[in-house]
Amino acid sequence: MRKLLPAIVVMLLWNACKFNDNKKTLPIYGNRQPVTKTINGQTVTDTIYQTIPKFKFVNQYGDSISNKMLDGNIYVADFFFTTCPSICPVMHRNMLKVYNTFKNTGNFKILSHTIDPKHDSIPVLKKYADKLGVTGNTWWFLQGKKEDIYQIAENSYLVAVKQDDGTAGGYVHQGYFVLIDKQKRIRGSYDGTDPKQVDQMIEDIKTLQAEPNEAIVK
Amino acid sequence: MKFNIIIGLGLICLSLIISCQSDDQLEFKRYYSSGSLIYQSKCQNCHGAKGEGLSALIPPLTDSAYLKTNKETLACAVKYGLKGKINISQKVFEGQMPANDLAPVAIAEVLTYITNSFGNKMGTITSEQVNKDLAKCK
Repeated sequence: MRKLLPAIVVMLLWNACKFNDNKKTLPIYGNRQPVTKTINGQTVTDTIYQTIPKFKFVNQYGDSISNKMLDGNIYVADFFFTTCPSICPVMHRNMLKVYNTFKNTGNFKILSHTIDPKHDSIPVLKKYADKLGVTGNTWWFLQGKKEDIYQIAENSYLVAVKQDDGTAGGYVHQGYFVLIDKQKRIRGSYDGTDPKQVDQMIEDIKTLQAEPNEAIVK
Repeated sequence: MKFNIIIGLGLICLSLIISCQSDDQLEFKRYYSSGSLIYQSKCQNCHGAKGEGLSALIPPLTDSAYLKTNKETLACAVKYGLKGKINISQKVFEGQMPANDLAPVAIAEVLTYITNSFGNKMGTITSEQVNKDLAKCK
């Protein structure tokens, strides 16, 4: 035991030091593939991460929004519909907190995609935004072709959505908030109905904002 | 010895106080605690944990004057939902509240919870009252 004690003390000290310089980074989600290329005659293996592909939707002001306009932005994506009777109100109550935290920081956006584009026309989305108390260009409510929205939800943001006339409201969807970094990679996924997870996301956005800028993937 | 007597007397007094709670109070507590659970599962998503509503989209449940003047139609609103414009806390809300097909006793419980939380204080809304009100729904 006497011999063990110094060892324990040393370990504790080491751990304490390790804890101090342990800078927090967020994981990168999605598929990845290694790529080998030759730079200056040397063979380098790089990793290509899954990124959000090209898209083109329209926001609540009638402006066309493409993936290009998000270059260099950190953003949060979610899927909803304005007549949703179940989880959307609580999601957007929580999202309002995110909006109010970051609306003046720049290079930050929120993209809420409607999964009921037939009902949620641009004027309907504008009215919804107004009533929610959202102004300016930080939080966009996006409308597009239904197939495009559903495809990007499932394949790129990894959120399940589907039409189901048997449930209240007519649509089933997951209430995830998906956090995308400046390189368009998925860095987090949070239950938008849980205030604790949303608070965590707010912290994680701050961590991302502090990350050094890398080359922006187009 | 003296100490024991004092404790004993104290316990007797305490049990008397507890058992002397009127039936009304007990009924209120039963309604209120069941109502709180129903509120969490059926109402809280939209109206919020503190009855705060959501911006100009979903009305708050903190307007005591509205709840008092509309006491007799609250049961109908829960059971069949609401549509059209209403004036709450000096703001106009429109849109739709979905119907909640709850049993009359459950409606009474959740209404007792709402009308005695968030700064409201209206006492028990009994299931007899709810049955009477439901018969008059438009």
